[in-house]
Amino acid sequence: MRNTIVIAKRELGSYFSSPVAYVFLVIFLLLTGFFTFTAGQFFERGEASLGAFFGWHPWLYLVLVPAAGMRLWAEERRGGTLELLMTMPITPLQAILGKFLASWIFIAIALALTFPVAVTANVLGNPDNGMIFAGYLGSLFLAGAYLAVTCMTSAMTRNQVVAFILSVVACLFLILAGFNPVTDLLVRWASPAFIDTVAAFSVVTHFDGFQKGVIDSRDLAYFLSVIGFSLFATSLALRNR
Amino acid sequence: MIRIDNLVKVFGAKRAVDGISFNVERGEVVGFLGPNGSGKSTTMRMITGYYAPTGGRVSVGGHDVVEAPLEAKRLIGYLPENAAAYTDMTVRGFLEFAAELRGLSGGAKRKAVARAVEQCFLSSVLHQSIDTLSKGYRHRTCLAQALIHDPEVLVLDEPTDGLDPNQKHEVRNLIKELGRTKAVVFSTHILEEVDASCTRAIIIDRGRIVAQGTPDELGRPLEEVFRRLTIPDTGIAIPDTVKK
Repeated sequence: MRNTIVIAKRELGSYFSSPVAYVFLVIFLLLTGFFTFTAGQFFERGEASLGAFFGWHPWLYLVLVPAAGMRLWAEERRGGTLELLMTMPITPLQAILGKFLASWIFIAIALALTFPVAVTANVLGNPDNGMIFAGYLGSLFLAGAYLAVTCMTSAMTRNQVVAFILSVVACLFLILAGFNPVTDLLVRWASPAFIDTVAAFSVVTHFDGFQKGVIDSRDLAYFLSVIGFSLFATSLALRNR
Repeated sequence: MIRIDNLVKVFGAKRAVDGISFNVERGEVVGFLGPNGSGKSTTMRMITGYYAPTGGRVSVGGHDVVEAPLEAKRLIGYLPENAAAYTDMTVRGFLEFAAELRGLSGGAKRKAVARAVEQCFLSSVLHQSIDTLSKGYRHRTCLAQALIHDPEVLVLDEPTDGLDPNQKHEVRNLIKELGRTKAVVFSTHILEEVDASCTRAIIIDRGRIVAQGTPDELGRPLEEVFRRLTIPDTGIAIPDTVKK
């Protein structure tokens, strides 16, 4: 546990000691603002909820989360510091968890900085704040799932661009499996049971519940298993030295 | 302290290390000599637990590196080839990070960092970011990381690579000094270093040990011994170009 914290602390420090953190935070806030208020028609909807805000997250994270996580292992490989880290008296799991947690905390900071959206809704009307909380929780798990996938792709290569692209493709699959236009296409030739099975793999299906204010243990279990599986795959990828 | 028994590492079709055995005791400085690509770094990476051996065993201080990696790694200080370090950190931050991973905190950590900084002459760059350092300082920062927990075993992969003559001299003296109380293995392809700091030298070529002994036992001049025992990389290429 101690080692995990030491590694997480260093990793979080390295986000903020480079321009990465600041560029990311500014772009993230600008884009959430644009999607919520302009493309999402926050005001025109005339309802006191953050549906216009959370609805975009699976798509917004699709690009931004892999960008925040692609360096995690690829940079260690390229810089040779992987050798340093793996010859320290720590287990690979401690290193993997430390790095994952650091990047997750970083995304959580970015997400926390969107609080003015929630404040705006509260000033203008009477939103259900429990629903907003559930939305934030779901969004955090959604980002965690994408990040874990990015950890995995980042551990497979020393090239950050390759890590980024592989991660975007994998996360895109996680979206499209439950995206209505895609499931509607499947309806013509596949059985409903099959479509449900495919859709069950999708982050969208599981994120929906949170957006409606429902914190379902099955949805939590889904996100935790995506994270668990991806981090396990990360450990396998790191065995290749 | 280090026991290596019939160590083998295969990469695809290439046997990078092909049945190497040797021991290093406390108070010994063993120079690991060989041409480029002879398996020096691969052997060191197996001692430090970075590569898993294809065959054979390595144990450090009685702990098998594969079966009890944490116990073995605690005893080792390791300077990897090219002296990798987190370039976005300051020298101090990096050394503190290494100390924390070695389980040091509070006063013990401060003392350890201060000692390593003094040993490696880093006090003038302590607050500088590592990517702004010259190669020599960067190298010594990574060496300081290896010494931070005052390890019983030191594995140094080309510790004098890229240093200027003064720095080389300092590092050789440091290695000699450290070798009185620790088990030290360091790799090099600079032969004068063997005379300068080793109690014993091992010459390897194509993954096999071709000679070992004290510098005197190996014979003089060392350079001739080295050339006789190892096959140059370019041995086949040169006649071709000459023909043309």
